[in-house]
Amino acid sequence: MIRRARHFITAVMLALGLAGHAAATDVGDWNSVAAEARGQTVYFNAWGGSEPINAYIRWAGDQMKARYGVTVVHVKLDDTAKAVATVVAEKAAGKDADGAVDLIWINGENFAAMKRERLLFGPDWATKLPNWVYVDHETKPTILTDFTIPTEGLESPWGGAKLVFFYESARTPGGELPDSAAGLLRWAEANPGRFSYPQPPDFIGSSFLKQVLIELIHDKTKLQRPVEEATFTADAAPLFAYLDKLTPLLWRKGKAYPQNYPDMKQKFADGELDIVFAFNPAEASAAIANGELPASVRSFVFSGGTLGNTHFVAIPYNASAKAGALLLANFLLSPEAQLRKQDPKIWGDPTVLSLAKLPAAERQAFERLELGVATLRPDQLGPALDEPHPDWMTRIEAEWTRRYGAAN
Amino acid sequence: MGQRTRRRDQGRYRGPRRASGNGLLVVILGLPVLAGVAGTILPAFGYLPALGGLRPTMAHLTELAGQPHILRSVLIALAAGLVTTSAALAIVGTFIAGFAGTPVFARIHHLVSPLLAVPHAAAAFALAFLIAPSGLLLRLISPELTGFTRPPDWLLPNDPLALSMIAGLITKEVPFLFLVTLAALPQLPLRRAQQLAAALGYGRVSGFLISLWPTLYRQIRLPVFAVLAYSVSVVDVAMILGPQLPATLPVRIAHWAADHDLRVRFLASAGALLQLFVVVAAMAIWLALERLGKLARTSMTFAGTRLRKDMVVRAMSGMAMAGCAAIIFSGLAALFIWSVAGLWPFPNALPGAITGKIWLRALPQISGPLLTTVGLALSASALALIIAILLLHRNGAGQAGNGASYKLLYLPLLVPEISFVFGLQILAIAVGFTPAFPSVLAVHLLFVLPYVLLSLSAPWRELDPRYERIAAGLGKSPVRILLTVRLPLLFRACLTALAVGFSVSVSLYLPTLLIGAGRLTTITTEAVALSAGGDRRVIGVYALVQAALPFLAFLVASLGPQLLFRNRRAMRM
Repeated sequence: MIRRARHFITAVMLALGLAGHAAATDVGDWNSVAAEARGQTVYFNAWGGSEPINAYIRWAGDQMKARYGVTVVHVKLDDTAKAVATVVAEKAAGKDADGAVDLIWINGENFAAMKRERLLFGPDWATKLPNWVYVDHETKPTILTDFTIPTEGLESPWGGAKLVFFYESARTPGGELPDSAAGLLRWAEANPGRFSYPQPPDFIGSSFLKQVLIELIHDKTKLQRPVEEATFTADAAPLFAYLDKLTPLLWRKGKAYPQNYPDMKQKFADGELDIVFAFNPAEASAAIANGELPASVRSFVFSGGTLGNTHFVAIPYNASAKAGALLLANFLLSPEAQLRKQDPKIWGDPTVLSLAKLPAAERQAFERLELGVATLRPDQLGPALDEPHPDWMTRIEAEWTRRYGAAN
Repeated sequence: MGQRTRRRDQGRYRGPRRASGNGLLVVILGLPVLAGVAGTILPAFGYLPALGGLRPTMAHLTELAGQPHILRSVLIALAAGLVTTSAALAIVGTFIAGFAGTPVFARIHHLVSPLLAVPHAAAAFALAFLIAPSGLLLRLISPELTGFTRPPDWLLPNDPLALSMIAGLITKEVPFLFLVTLAALPQLPLRRAQQLAAALGYGRVSGFLISLWPTLYRQIRLPVFAVLAYSVSVVDVAMILGPQLPATLPVRIAHWAADHDLRVRFLASAGALLQLFVVVAAMAIWLALERLGKLARTSMTFAGTRLRKDMVVRAMSGMAMAGCAAIIFSGLAALFIWSVAGLWPFPNALPGAITGKIWLRALPQISGPLLTTVGLALSASALALIIAILLLHRNGAGQAGNGASYKLLYLPLLVPEISFVFGLQILAIAVGFTPAFPSVLAVHLLFVLPYVLLSLSAPWRELDPRYERIAAGLGKSPVRILLTVRLPLLFRACLTALAVGFSVSVSLYLPTLLIGAGRLTTITTEAVALSAGGDRRVIGVYALVQAALPFLAFLVASLGPQLLFRNRRAMRM
């Protein structure tokens, strides 16, 4: 009878997700993290829209299996918000442990939302990872503030991003390229129908709006704070005056937009668009290598600077395999994994590490990396403009939809 | 339940007792659906504790009403759904009226049936690859005929009137309606009615319309409503082909549901509630259209109009049917070319280089998801078929099920998937379902069962009851009659229902993703994730594999009876 009662209690505990997690994972004691992680399965929720990236994650999973006995399953998402939705639904159902998501590829709004709703594992674990010592948080401020939101160690940096424009040198002479948002408008006047941006609220499209906003707003310091309702209309006026002029000059006269970056890249390849842009400086070289874009594609940036940010990995508060997730986050940060990630033949995503902090052998390996014909060297990439507070993006997207959302 | 009642159950008797007998089964199947709906509707009124929504409020509905151009989004979705349904029904109806029993019919039948297997998203991509300014059609005639060396700046697809979206939907709904009609057709006195109408001097189309159409339409009415609800709520096709500024309501709901700002979930739920009303409105309009159609038919009957020269109408319906097939097949061919293409700039009609790289890279990774997909689809459709047979056996098919509880089963077809599933996900977790094969199978079953039931109930109802009466007269037990008389006679219909269920399961995206928490990857979840990446080559590979699966199922469904009944003439088609 007693035994049956104990079975019953165990079953209830299991059902409530209380069993099996007696001790919380302590990042400070790395040996015990590694020991706890062995045998775990980490469900890594990451955007799955790019085959090279998927292949890279597969490689990381193979390494994790071989070195630490941790199985990594890449849950391929078409939108990171879906993983956030999973965690939200779990919290709604009171499932505060043994959640379905162990690690999320995340930044910006999704991070802000998860942090605000307290859906993230914490406190500060990212800066306690052994490989944090190599991270370049001094010269890359976006590693500590994700879209002006302090990361507070709730997410670990994975890669850098910078807005870069592409053109086809066989079709568009290099001398006529724009050097600012204003220049881009003049270029569009001379070449109507050959420029567009992914339809906001697509991430890349909204980033273009932010780039223009940063260039044109009168008081740039306002962008570091949430939107002030009283002055928003006046603050955003230069942006929308610009868009009013640009829209009739866009592809399809602004009556339709590319739906996302890959769609825009396809239209560039088809010859429908002449200038496109991406958040990964190595994107064009990778596309050339893949046979998606002709070899004559080249990159350029605005000399006044373009938008830059960092993307991260974070652990939900109810993750099942926290130790495994920590181990994976640390591995993704290792010089070896970061080097492979920056190789344009693999993925081409810029590293978050500081070359100066690396041991000599690793540093030289980074310096030897062939970046590809269409990729600008780090010193050619120009200044990085800080992301505005996420509030701005939300407001501008809403205003954009109100103004241009019924162009037909 | 007494022997007497059971006997009557086999006939058309449907009394209150039957409802209690099946209540449990229906509740088990209907409850998750209702709970999913509740899990969606409650947040519309502000209740979602996970996001701090505890007090009921109308704020989210007000916010929805304040969304820019919301009315236009609603009207376009509504109009596109109604046009799609009427056009698809008109094409299928006219074609069957004009060609049933002719050699052309059989030929077009073989041409159109495989289309049902092509997933909606793949068909939409196929159409887009054809008609876009940089698409295959223009490439074939450029620059020779058009003078274009670069794609022209035409608003196609995504045209503001949603014509390309309607075209895409019609190409997919025609095969569906055609197949369910076909399943019902053998129960009609086709030859006798045609001979009678011809003897009276009617043209094929008008003769069919007057003599057989009412009976036929009654049998396919639920599928027609399913088509209507689907076309009004469709997301993936609308995203690929539909207007973008503003997009249709379902697309906007999908965007809200995926918004990075979690508070927008409330708005999405409010949108889903509105979508429910849009579907109801579409059905009300359809009921009015049915009335009008009936009036027109009656007046035509009494006027005695013969419409003997209906060659043009017949030819048009035949061409429309063949056109659907032509569009999708050439689109699939375009998908295939893309899947092996190297760089392929405009206006080249063919890629400069052919490479197997994409296939070679994709195939090793496809095997796992492929197994999951087939396993899910087979189990879900087989379970659904068994449940459908049990339900029909106990209830009789009736007039589309009189009991309100019975109709619960059709809810998944009427509620927009996107929002319904979010509520279901909360429920699944609350119940303690671990995301794994069985829970995903359970949710697949919810979506698969209605389709299986739909495609099986009409032939079930129309089977000549005399066979069973004779068997009963010979003293056979109800179960024996079911197994030895009814099911063999309905073998073709069962296989078709199985294939329909299989293809529904294969194409399910959101339920698999949300209930499986992404841990169960199928070909479809992979394909949609990659289609977000927009690489035409990879889309080509996955769309082709995705289409091949249900295609095989339908092949079995159509060849199976031919092989099994090759010595029984009346049971072949």
